[in-house]
Amino acid sequence: MAEEAHGDEGGLVFHPMDQFIVKPLFGDGPVGMFTITNVTFWMAVAVLCVVALLVLGTRGRALVPSRIQSIAELAYGFVYKMVEDVAGKDGVKYFPYIMTLFMFIVFSNFLGLLPLSFTTTSHIAVTAVMAMAVFLAVTILGFVKNGAGFLSLFWISSAPLVLRPILALIEIISYFVRPVSHSIRLAGNMMAGHAVIKVFAAFAALAAIAPLSIIAITAIYALEVLVSFIQAYVFAILTCVYLKDALHPHH
Amino acid sequence: MATEATEAAHGAAEAAGHAAEAPGMPQLDFSTFPNQIFWLVVTLVVIYLVLSKVALPRIASVLAERQGTITNDLAAAEDLKAKAAEAEEAYNKALADARVEAGKIAAEAKAEMQAEVDAAIKKADAEIAARTAESEARITEIREGAAAAVKEVATDTAKEVVAALGIDVDAKAINAAVAARAKG
Repeated sequence: MAEEAHGDEGGLVFHPMDQFIVKPLFGDGPVGMFTITNVTFWMAVAVLCVVALLVLGTRGRALVPSRIQSIAELAYGFVYKMVEDVAGKDGVKYFPYIMTLFMFIVFSNFLGLLPLSFTTTSHIAVTAVMAMAVFLAVTILGFVKNGAGFLSLFWISSAPLVLRPILALIEIISYFVRPVSHSIRLAGNMMAGHAVIKVFAAFAALAAIAPLSIIAITAIYALEVLVSFIQAYVFAILTCVYLKDALHPHH
Repeated sequence: MATEATEAAHGAAEAAGHAAEAPGMPQLDFSTFPNQIFWLVVTLVVIYLVLSKVALPRIASVLAERQGTITNDLAAAEDLKAKAAEAEEAYNKALADARVEAGKIAAEAKAEMQAEVDAAIKKADAEIAARTAESEARITEIREGAAAAVKEVATDTAKEVVAALGIDVDAKAINAAVAARAKG
């Protein structure tokens, strides 16, 4: 992060990845499982933001909503409609889970855009856990709801019989790749954008390029704001798509 | 990434002992994984509980309430509109009734006046007729009186003339002669 001292080298110094280092919040010891780290801190901030928006913001229960309440209602309606449209009516009962994922990711992404902050969603450990949770939940749900019929997801009955085994193989591979792509897409997007900003920031040390560098940072920042929301949306909508496959495996 | 491995090692050396052998990407520093996963699970559970227990039911109820209010308001507006139409209809009906009533009253008044006028005319006619009859009666009476007087005068005159002529005639005969003449 920015407070790291690199001045002694004098020339251009690139430490684009330092912002992602997980370190204890108090003192410096080893990072154990329960150590309070910058991860803990920024996740707690994300929780507080979610609470502030969705609980404190709707405290008034106003018929004509205040600004914050209408944002909360907008977020609710946005995710609810997404779940309903993609996963179908019977997917609506899983709406709180998807809302949880969406709110956490969107706030983590936006909080990561604050200068000097730490982006929890840029870590593959975080996104992989969420993606694996979705993958396992959806797979188990698929078998519980449809029994062996869930396997028809891989047996494409509309394809010619000869092609079906090959397609089944491809489908199975793509099914198991889902959690990988699901998690790396989010972490990769977050990490790449922040690293690029950091690289441009390092160029700002040269007076000649500084204005260009600052303009570039501004532009990338605007792009990152967009990406932050889009990646949260993509994560949530893919979860809905996987959920739909579990509830209705027949093509 | 590999080129700055030494750099990272140098930078992290003062931070923590284990960080010295951290790879170029902090994301692949597996020693931090349990920490991140633990706090992530805590975070997600907390958010889930807050959302499912407080936030989502509340927002859902607010949205439902708003939908209900809008529906009610629309129904009330529809109701009021129907009432307004009804009131207008009633007004028009009252107006038409009043018009008919007014026409009726006017006709009645006219008929009454006509009857009065007729009665007055009749009375006047009757009076005129009575007067005419009376006058006629009197005229007849006068005429009869006159006729009687003429007869008397004629008789008297005839008597005097006959007496003057020196003829002694019975009064009865003279009367009969005058009456015969006056008739003829």
